[in-house]
Order: sequence, then C-alpha cells, then structure tokens
Amino acid sequence: MTRILLILGYLVLAPAAGALLDGADRVISARMQRRKGPSLLQPFYDLQKLFAKQMIAVNNVQMLLNLSYLVFLAIAGAMLFAGQDILMCMFILSTADMFLIMAASSDSSPYASLGAGREMLQMMAYEPLTLIIAVGFYLTTGSSHVSDIVHASSSAVWLMPGMFLGFIFTAAVKFRKSPFDLSTSHHAHQEMVKGLTTEMSGPTLAIMNIAEYYEMILILGIFGLFIVNENWWSWPLAVLVCLVIFFLEVLWDNASARVKWDLLLKGCWTVTLLAGGLNLLILMLVR
Amino acid sequence: MGLFPILLIGLPVLAAVLIPLIRQDRTRDLMVYGCAGGVMILTLVFLFVWLQGGADAWYLYADTELANHGMLALEVCLMCLILFLSFRYRRLFPAILSIAQTALLFYTESAVHMPAAEHMMADRLAMLMCVIIAFVGGFICIYAVGYMKGYHAHHKEFADRRGFFFSMLFLFLAAMFGLVLSLNLIWMYFFWEVTSVISFLLIGYTRTDEAVHNSFRALWMNLLGGLGFAVGIAVLAFTRGSVQMTDAIESGSVLVLACLALAGLTKSAQLPFSSWLLGAMVAPTPSSALLHSATMVKAGVYLLLRLAPALSGNMAGMMVSLIGGLTFIAASAMAIAQNDGKLVLAFSTVSNLGLIVACAGIGAEETVWGAVFLMIFHSVSKSMLFQAVGATENCLGSRDIEDMHGLLLRLPKLTYIMGIGIAGMYLAPFGMLISKWVALRAFVDSGNVVLVLFLAYGSATTMLYWTKWLAKLISQHHARDRVTDVTRKDEYLSMFLHAGSMLLLCLLFPALAIFIVNPIVREVFGYANTVLSMSVLTTMTIMLVSVLIVPATMFFVTRAAHRDLVPIYMSGVNEGDNRYFVNSMGEPEHLYLSNWYLRFEFGRRHLMRPSVILSASILIVSLCLIIGGAV
Amino acid sequence: MGKMSRSPWLLHYDASSCNGCDIEVLDCLTPKYDIERFGIINTGDPFQADILLITGGVNSQTEPVVKQLYSQMPSPKVVVAVGICACTGGVFKECYNIRGGIDTVIPVDVYVPGCAARPESIIDGVVKAVQILDQKRAAQNQEA
Repeated sequence: MTRILLILGYLVLAPAAGALLDGADRVISARMQRRKGPSLLQPFYDLQKLFAKQMIAVNNVQMLLNLSYLVFLAIAGAMLFAGQDILMCMFILSTADMFLIMAASSDSSPYASLGAGREMLQMMAYEPLTLIIAVGFYLTTGSSHVSDIVHASSSAVWLMPGMFLGFIFTAAVKFRKSPFDLSTSHHAHQEMVKGLTTEMSGPTLAIMNIAEYYEMILILGIFGLFIVNENWWSWPLAVLVCLVIFFLEVLWDNASARVKWDLLLKGCWTVTLLAGGLNLLILMLVR
Repeated sequence: MGLFPILLIGLPVLAAVLIPLIRQDRTRDLMVYGCAGGVMILTLVFLFVWLQGGADAWYLYADTELANHGMLALEVCLMCLILFLSFRYRRLFPAILSIAQTALLFYTESAVHMPAAEHMMADRLAMLMCVIIAFVGGFICIYAVGYMKGYHAHHKEFADRRGFFFSMLFLFLAAMFGLVLSLNLIWMYFFWEVTSVISFLLIGYTRTDEAVHNSFRALWMNLLGGLGFAVGIAVLAFTRGSVQMTDAIESGSVLVLACLALAGLTKSAQLPFSSWLLGAMVAPTPSSALLHSATMVKAGVYLLLRLAPALSGNMAGMMVSLIGGLTFIAASAMAIAQNDGKLVLAFSTVSNLGLIVACAGIGAEETVWGAVFLMIFHSVSKSMLFQAVGATENCLGSRDIEDMHGLLLRLPKLTYIMGIGIAGMYLAPFGMLISKWVALRAFVDSGNVVLVLFLAYGSATTMLYWTKWLAKLISQHHARDRVTDVTRKDEYLSMFLHAGSMLLLCLLFPALAIFIVNPIVREVFGYANTVLSMSVLTTMTIMLVSVLIVPATMFFVTRAAHRDLVPIYMSGVNEGDNRYFVNSMGEPEHLYLSNWYLRFEFGRRHLMRPSVILSASILIVSLCLIIGGAV
Repeated sequence: MGKMSRSPWLLHYDASSCNGCDIEVLDCLTPKYDIERFGIINTGDPFQADILLITGGVNSQTEPVVKQLYSQMPSPKVVVAVGICACTGGVFKECYNIRGGIDTVIPVDVYVPGCAARPESIIDGVVKAVQILDQKRAAQNQEA
C-alpha cells in the first residue's frame, strides 16, 4: 500500500517539485547576477503557456519519442521510489535518455543532431559512475534493492564518500548545468541554438520539460539514498542534503563557463575512476 | 539413438559434396533450401527424442577404431591443403604451425594408449548449441541464396564460385555439430581445425590481395590456437592417460586448461588475436554472419564455458577473465570510431565475446548463467544485424553508416529489422542487458574490481556506438535519390524469423531462464542456486512489455493529435524541402549531417596497438607463470 | 494576466540593422533592465518563441529569412519592430536593396521607434506585445 502511495506520490509530485526547484534555480541565479529574476512559479507559467500553444512539428515521430522519454523517466523514477532494484532503475534511465536522443535525431536538422550527438557523449561520460554507484550500494548494504538500502543501519555515504563526491561532479551533466550543459541550455544565445530541443515547440517542449523535472527528482532521490538509514531523522537530513547539493550545482553553473566535449569526457571519466573506482576498490577490500 | 549425431554431421557433408556438382542455379538454390530445412528438421527430431529420453546427457560411440583412423587421415589431408596453399601464396608461418600440431597429435596418439571411452556427448549445453547452429545457421544458408545473387550482380569483378561457397557453409555446419557434440578432445580438435580451414577459405572467397592477406592472418592465428589445443591434449594424454573433456576439467591441471583456453581465446577473436576477425569482414556477408559472429566464434566460447568450473579461481581463469574484460572494453571503444557497418558489427562481436569470455573465466555459476544468456541473445541478434547490413549494402551499394541516414524512410523493412537487432544488443530490458546485469553482480561477488570497472566503462562505450547508429537510421530525412529494395524473399524470410525469435526470446525471458539456462548451469556445475529471483524476472517481463507497449500507445496517442508540419530550423535559410539551405554565396547547398566518430580518441590507430601489447603481455606473463608453476 | 503574458519568449532577428538597436535589445537582458523578471527569455529559436523582435529594415536577402522564421513560430505569435529602420526603413528607406519596414513582409503588431531604440521603450513595446498575445490567444479560443 505504501509502495503504491509512494509511486503515485512520485508521479504526481515530482514534476511539481522539479518545477519549483527550477524556479528557485532561476531566482537564485538571478540574485547571483544581481538581478531580480522571475517569479518562483515561473516554470509553471512556462508550462501553462507551452501547452496553450499551437502544435507545430517537423515530423510525425518526434512527439511519440518525446512522450516515450517522459514515460520511461517516470517508470525509472517510480521504480526508485517503489524500492526496486537500483541498477535496473539506472538501466531504464539510460533507455529513457536514448528516446530523447532519438527524438532529437529524428528531426534530421543540424542543431538538433549536434545536440543529440553531444547528449550521447554526455551519457557516455556519466554512465560509468552510475553503474559504480549501484555496485557501491550493493556492497555497502548487501542488496541492490532500494527498499533494503533505506533500512541500512548507517548512512551509505560513510562508506562511499568518493562516489558521493564523484556523483556531485557528474550530476551537473544530468542537471544540464554549466560547465557540462553541452547538448542544450537555458541560457541566452549559444552556438547551437537550443541544441536537441531546437525543433521542439509548444506541447512537445512542455513534455520534455516535465520529463526533465522527473529526472531531476530521480537524481536527487539517488543523492538522498546516500544519506537515509533506518533512523527517522535521516529523511529530513537527506532532503536537506539534496537541497544543498542542488544549490552547489546552481553555484557551479553560475561560476563556470561551459567546457568542450573532450574535457567533459575526460573530466567525468577521470573523476569516476579516481573517486568512484578507488572507493569501489576499498569497499571490495574491506568486505 | 546413436544415429542422430552421425546423421546431423552426415547430412550437411552430403549437401556439401553434392552442391558444387550442380551447375544449374535454380536446382542448386532448391537444394540449399532443402538441405537447410533438412538440417533444421533433423535437429528438431533429435531434440525431441532427446527430450523424450529425459533430457539426460547421452554418451555415445565408445568404440570407434575406424573413425579415429579416418579422422587422422583427414587431418593429414587438411595439413596437406594448408601446406599447398601456404606454398602457393608463399606463407611460411601457417605451414610450420600446421605441421607442428599434426605431428604432435600423431605422436601423442601413437605413444599413449587411451582407455576406451565415449567420444561424443549430447547434454543440455551441446543441444543448445546444436539448436543455435541448426536454426541460425540454416536460415543464414537460406538467406545466402538470395544474397549471393545480389552480391554477384553487384560485384561483377569477382569470380562466381557460389557452388563452392554453399558447399563450405554446409561443411561448416557439419563441423560445428561435430565440435559441440564431441567429448573426446581429439575429435573436437579435428572439427576445430576443419572450422579454421573453412573460415580461411571463405575469407579468401573473392581472391583479392586483401582477402588473401586477411585469410592467411585468420589462418595462422587460428592455427596458433590449434597448436595450443594440441599441446593441451598432449599434456593431458601424457599426464592422465586420457583425452576426455571431463578429465581435462577434473584434472584441474592449470597447464592443460591454459593451453585449451588459448585455443578458445584465438577462436573467439580475443585480444591480441582480434585482428583476424576484423579482417574477416572482407568475406561475403552470410559467411560473416555464420562463421564470424553467430556460430564459429562461439566455438571458442563454448570450449571456455565447458572449462568454466575448472577455471574458477586459478591462474588460467584469471588470464581468461582479464583478457576477456580487456577485449570487451577495448573493442567497444574502437567500435566508436568505425563508420563501416560491418566493422562496427565485427568490433561489437569481439567486444561481446570478450564479456562472455570474462564470465567464463570467473567460472562462478552466476557468470556462466550470464554467459549462456549472452551467447543465445548474441547469436540471434548479431546474425540478424549482419544479414540486415548485407541486404542494405546490396540495395544502397554501400554499408557505410553515414549513407544510412534516414534509412527508415528509404528501406523501412530492413531498418525495422536492424532496429530490433540494435535494441536487442544494448537497450534495457532486452536480453543482452539482463546478462550484463548478472555479469556485473557476479563480478562484484567474485571481488574482481578491475572487471567491474571494465564493465562500467565498456557499457558506456557500447551504448554510444549503438545509439549513434540507431539515431542515423531513425532520422526523418527524405533523400534525393530513391532506393529500390532489391532484397529477395528468402533473405526476408530469414531476417523476419530472426527478428521474430529475438522478440520471442525477450518476451519468454523467464521461461528461457527456468527451462533452459538454469538446467544448463546445474549440469555444468552439478548444482545451481537461482541466479535471478522470480520477482526480478517478473519485473523484467513487465518492463519489457512496457518497452514494447509505451511507444506503441504513444504512437496512437500522438496520431490523434493535430499538428502542423513546418520546415526544420536552419537559421531561416532553409530552401524549403529540408535538404538544401542557402549558403553564404547565395546558392543552395545540400545539408549533410555526420555522426561523431572521435577518431583521435577512439580510433583503431590509437587504441589497437596499446591494447594488443597489454593483452599480449597478460597472456605471455600468465602463460610463463603457469608453465613455470607446472615445471 | 493571461496564460501567454506570463512567459513571453523572444526571438531576436537582425534583418539589416546597423547593430545599434541590437545592442539595446541585449541591454534589456542585463541586470539593470532584467527582462527575465517578466518571465521573458531570449530563446533564439523560432520553435519556442512567442514574440519575434526584429531590428533593421528588410532587404532582399533577409526577406525570405524573416518570412521563414515567422512561419516556424507556433501561434499565437506577435511581431515587434524595434528601431525606426524596422518600422519604416528609416534612413535606408530609399536604398536600392531595401524593401522598407518589416510590415512590408509580415504583419507587425507593435512598432518601437527610435534610433537606436532605448531599452526602456523596447521593454515597453514588449509588454504591449504581451497584451496583444493574450488577445490573440483569446480570439483563437473563440474560433475553436
């Protein structure tokens, strides 16, 4: 019963929470640039407007692929919040991303293709660490099921600090934050227009945004997994830590310029190897 | 019941003898259909009878004096053939290797008196291989009928030697049946050599300089493995007085295992021997699909899987798993930089075989479970992909992935087949990924951190090269020139059946696990715990169904929505048909979208040499340690 | 405030401007004017834009581009002509290659005069355009 509630809660609340976080991000960013910035509810207004727009498209499959992206992200997140296997959740996450890439590539347009190519590179950059983190949870708590992980006697982060720090690094890719926002970006003019969302308009873009909110909450949920344990106070603590991490990502976003793809790849892979790999080695040795 | 293996080997041999004698195209085609069908039916009957008998392992042919002598005679013939061809093309190395191993085997057989023992065994793993060989192989033969017509219509410059080609395909099927059913290592070795030679002959089919060069490279590498096989047999014979597979496993002699593993590694094209498989892509596509992806390279894996229980936790197992893991990541990284469809498939084959080999090298029941799964899925989907690329090449005149831009609109049927194959190779929750998941857990449980890292990085690189290929196919681009689909019915028959069985395999995944793979693991190890719990299996199935259902529902949902189509965004200078834009000279310029290949990071030129050196040093160092330890 | 007016996204196109007005448009993004507080985003992508903001008069090269960009925007959409050249052709009006103001090619909803137009007036024009956006949306709903 609680499981169903959790799933429903995720499905309903995650987009709202994601949109709120996005709004907070925009306000905080504006304040960091000494601007006033939009209202906290701006992402809701944006979504409302996008759904009210005319439906234009460049082909007939983009919407279909975009919707699949949304549904798969929702499935991946629901699996995480329902206490399913975390590794499987990661796999579904990459399948979802694959649908986004297909949606962008189906346009056969220069900017969207460029964005899709970069998105693939981003996936390649962050994916090793997600797998290593899943393995890390399996090693520290003896199970890869989220429902078992949350009942561990102590927080996983004590045994896997390297992976935690590494994930803060690579999560910038997933949050689409500078310096790793290669495939698309919320900022003003850039060399590839809007990257893989270039041909997405109105409702299609709204769906893409909602999917991004699902993803954001999913990633934060994984951060939360590092913190929660059997004690009740670990839950508010986990939420707090997630918020701090989100703030750090926003700060980093505003403080850095975007990098080229090769630096992204090398950076993420090196951090994965040093932080994640070493942590994994130690975990396996002490086991 | 002892008749079946003889029939199973005999029928393709008969076909191989008869087919080159037929000069008329039509009759020969019918003959090929008939023989392929016959092999499949025979296998089904064999399977049925075997299942009726309780699905226990059958041990056959204890007394085979005559067959042994016949085999020795044939082995000499093979050696003479190799000597002749080496002499003709002035290659020394293959000749030396061939003489050395044949002599060694003769000496062993005359010097050691073996006790009478069964020569063949039909157990679950062997039967699984038989079914794969008969069905994947049989359908590839059927596909080849149509394909070779198109191939020779396309390539007028090559001599039409179709009779020889089909003959070799059937002979190969016979050899593969013999190989997987053999219990006696000398018999297995004989069939092993036959497959090496057939592969050599098929790679050289076109007789161009490149083909001849590549075929000799394949030959010497496989012969080197064969030499390892012969040495392993000799050591086993002199130490234990037996040449049975079961004795090799029971003896636990690391030296024997390492020698046999060397044979397995060369056959399954692991680093540092991968280059032969890449070179083998010059051969016509059906032979690439059959020999160099679906079945022959699986012979190496099959041998390693048989040895797996003995490999667990010793130096030989360590060597095998490290080389497998390294091959997995190196080959998948190099695949990123390839734009030739067949080469991508070749690299991906090498890479997947690497994963299977790594699983076998760990030798735990979970890894063997994963390895058997990988083998089943890989055989079907890779053979399908090869066929689809081959058919596409006959239509487009190119197998460059860049030329497949927007293929979905040009050759929809072939693209769907290719898409199913690609999705099956890497997407959650299709077969390959499940196996990868199991492999990952098994690597963790066996405490091998290097392999875990290899798998983590390797699956990321694997993802990249498949995704960018799929993205190329799915682009909604209306090309200028129209393409006519010249794929023949028999080609489609084979490909559709492959695609259908791929989907079925995915859907029936839990059944596959319970009725086929679990018993195999139980048989190999003598016991089996459930590797994946039932709840996981059902979750997987639910997800699988959702993967199939979600896009389908979305298709209907979105079809209902009204939308207005507009041109794609090209900074406002779109010429109107999404193909041309206005360039800075005010003239129309054709839009060309290329994939990423990252040649400077992942190119073969940069990665091949370091990975060959690394793997060769792993191989040499561990072999030295093993030989040193044995002496 | 209607659905449209809370999140108007801009597409800025320079038809043949001397860049004077363009710099003023970019000024609006700076902390001093901060148009994002109205929810305005400078997208640079017609597929996601509601307001087409054009500077400079239309010449024979930019005419098809303006038309195409306009056609790629989902309705409801409005056009703002920024600067005197975009309104009427300005000092270039009689040039051999100039067609005239933007309204010779596509319908313009708001004219923002000036050479160069001041950021304050641009913002004023955009806010006016936002109201028209709402009206267009309402009109669309009535039709449907």
